[in-house]
Amino acid sequence: MRHIISILLENEAGALSRVAGLFSARGYNIETLTVAPTEDSSLSRLTIVTSGSDEIIEQITKQLNKLIDVIKVVDLSEAAHIERELMLIKVRATGKDREEMKRMADIYRGRIIDVTDATYVIELTGSGSKLDSFIQAIDGDLILETVRTGVSGIGRGDRVLKV
Amino acid sequence: MTMMTGAEIVIRCLQEEKVDYVFGYPGGSVLHIYDELFKQDKVKHILVRHEQAAVHAADAYSRSTQRVGVAMVTSGPGATNAVTGIATAYMDSIPLVVISGQVPTTYIGQDAFQECDTVGITRPCVKHNFLVKDVRDLAATIKKAFYIANTGRPGPVVVDVPKDITAAKCKFEYPAEIKLRSYNPVIKGHSGQIKKAVQLLLGAKRPMIYTGGGVILANAAEQLTRLTRLLGFPITNTLMGLGGYPGTDRQFLGMPGMHGTLEANLAMQHCDVLLAVGTRFDDRVIGNPEDFATVPRKIIHVDIDPSSISKRVRVDVPIVGNVSDVLGEMVRLLEAEQERKDISDWWAEIENWRARQCMKYGMKDAIMPQYVIEKLWEVTRGDAIITSDVGQHQMWAAQYYKFDKPRRWLNSGGLGTMGVGLPYAIGAAFANPDRQVACVTGDGSIQMCIQELSTAKQFGLPIKIINLNNRYLGMVRQWQEMFYSRRYSQTYMDSIPDFVKLAEAYGHVGIRVERPEDVEPALKRAFVDHKDDLVFLDIRTAREANVFPMVAAGKGLAEMVLADENL
Repeated sequence: MRHIISILLENEAGALSRVAGLFSARGYNIETLTVAPTEDSSLSRLTIVTSGSDEIIEQITKQLNKLIDVIKVVDLSEAAHIERELMLIKVRATGKDREEMKRMADIYRGRIIDVTDATYVIELTGSGSKLDSFIQAIDGDLILETVRTGVSGIGRGDRVLKV
Repeated sequence: MTMMTGAEIVIRCLQEEKVDYVFGYPGGSVLHIYDELFKQDKVKHILVRHEQAAVHAADAYSRSTQRVGVAMVTSGPGATNAVTGIATAYMDSIPLVVISGQVPTTYIGQDAFQECDTVGITRPCVKHNFLVKDVRDLAATIKKAFYIANTGRPGPVVVDVPKDITAAKCKFEYPAEIKLRSYNPVIKGHSGQIKKAVQLLLGAKRPMIYTGGGVILANAAEQLTRLTRLLGFPITNTLMGLGGYPGTDRQFLGMPGMHGTLEANLAMQHCDVLLAVGTRFDDRVIGNPEDFATVPRKIIHVDIDPSSISKRVRVDVPIVGNVSDVLGEMVRLLEAEQERKDISDWWAEIENWRARQCMKYGMKDAIMPQYVIEKLWEVTRGDAIITSDVGQHQMWAAQYYKFDKPRRWLNSGGLGTMGVGLPYAIGAAFANPDRQVACVTGDGSIQMCIQELSTAKQFGLPIKIINLNNRYLGMVRQWQEMFYSRRYSQTYMDSIPDFVKLAEAYGHVGIRVERPEDVEPALKRAFVDHKDDLVFLDIRTAREANVFPMVAAGKGLAEMVLADENL
């Protein structure tokens, strides 16, 4: 099953590689990984999307907690949460495709943020599956380039991940 | 406050930590530190002949004393040579602080001479590591390293110190204590869980206690012994846990696992309540976890490391905490309970298994290795520190030397590092100058760190090396005999050195033993006549002796092959 794991860690050199190294050393899978400092610059917040049986997820959270630089670990997918991912996608936009692309971007509430005679760059935010769905919905031959940030997640309501 | 250089600070920190021995090897990046070492005499430096041995010796110092072992190496090859030692300590949760030199901060990343990414290379095999980038962080970093190494589940910590940091100056202040917001190891076990565990133990009809290295690391042998005697239950100690409970006691069933006794393995398999303490259901201990899980027993698991719990085997009553505290609490609860279940039927079953005498061996003209260990036990009255390398001799030492006390048996259980035996004996000899230290090894393993005979000579260490020489890489050969139709691929060595002459060349005493009747006299010569010398006993043993019982890799614990069964 797919899980979104949120980690607060010391914003120190090498901390990210400890997390990434743990996943590769123990054979856990990383679908996406995002990391950036929080409002407190001594802390980084990291979101990992992974998948595995309950036993594996339990081991992942325990092993993460064991890392000295890791302050807190939460499996966001255990309760109500919000996930968002940002995608920038460059598409060919000529002839009749130009209008079609604009319409698709609107349907998905994307924004066109760069325009040339032949291309658009569309900015799209949403859950990972929404972004997947957009890619499915447009003509694959028109995609020139995609870049995705990976998932960021946060718990709903009173659930707070803080030191 | 006086200004100090980074090098002075390193030495002052070691003094503050009351470090008496540092095992190491100098080099370019640590020259400033070695200069400061030279100027004082509180911290003694033991010069080894290879950095791997420095870390192994520091590791054995720790294993035999419970204190943090300290090693010092230079950058680049010094650090990479240390990696095997660090990984060995990591797998067995041994607290070490390894200080490695690094090229100056301005050179880092430029492929400088003797540069390597020590923090990157060691990251997967340390509990934690640091690269010190500012001399003002140095003292606090070393303090953190000692604190992290020796709390929670212990482990090695590397502190990488660039050369310019050792020359830079700042005010020295050693923090009295350290708090890390991201590191708060649990010590006290959950009292509700402990009560639940005690109730389960009291209700058991076929109970079994299974303990590992955690009992040794937590200095909990006394509590474990009290608990086991109060309960009257059978007990087994893993390879890492030997000495946790007296090996000569009747309640002790021997070691479990791949080369465990019949009675220990069958009791592990058929018990209804299993108390697992400071142990991790390793593949060499429980065999195939699916097979192990087919028996509906209740498992209580006490461990300091939450990630050890339910990793390979689901448990019913997990207790995270220091095993010494948890066992102490269990003893207190049990002392208040009068009721005991009658488990005499279970003991009768166990005695039947024990009556099979699974460790019996025959001896004719050739020296059987098991016999050597039994004689070693007699001659040392079971009270020596025994180190071993890795292979058949390691298993025989574990099976036939009955350890009654903790911290007397030093071996590489997790990583299985050939070559640890001699440097382990060196580390143990420094830490325990009044105790006999013997290294049980084989003709393959001893050659992996043989250069340390020179270190032993320099410091006059009276180690006894018991070389069970069968002219084979015996454990691999045994597997080839059993599973590869006797195709002995690369396990025979036809140019083994003359170990007697080799020992003599290093300035030691060498004795060759070729007949069974010469074993005991030779051991006595070594331990009595040459009490103060390093003696290398090169014992020519039966070439194709095998280690039994044996549970083949991937099999269940009850699927043992015994010595008297035809293969």
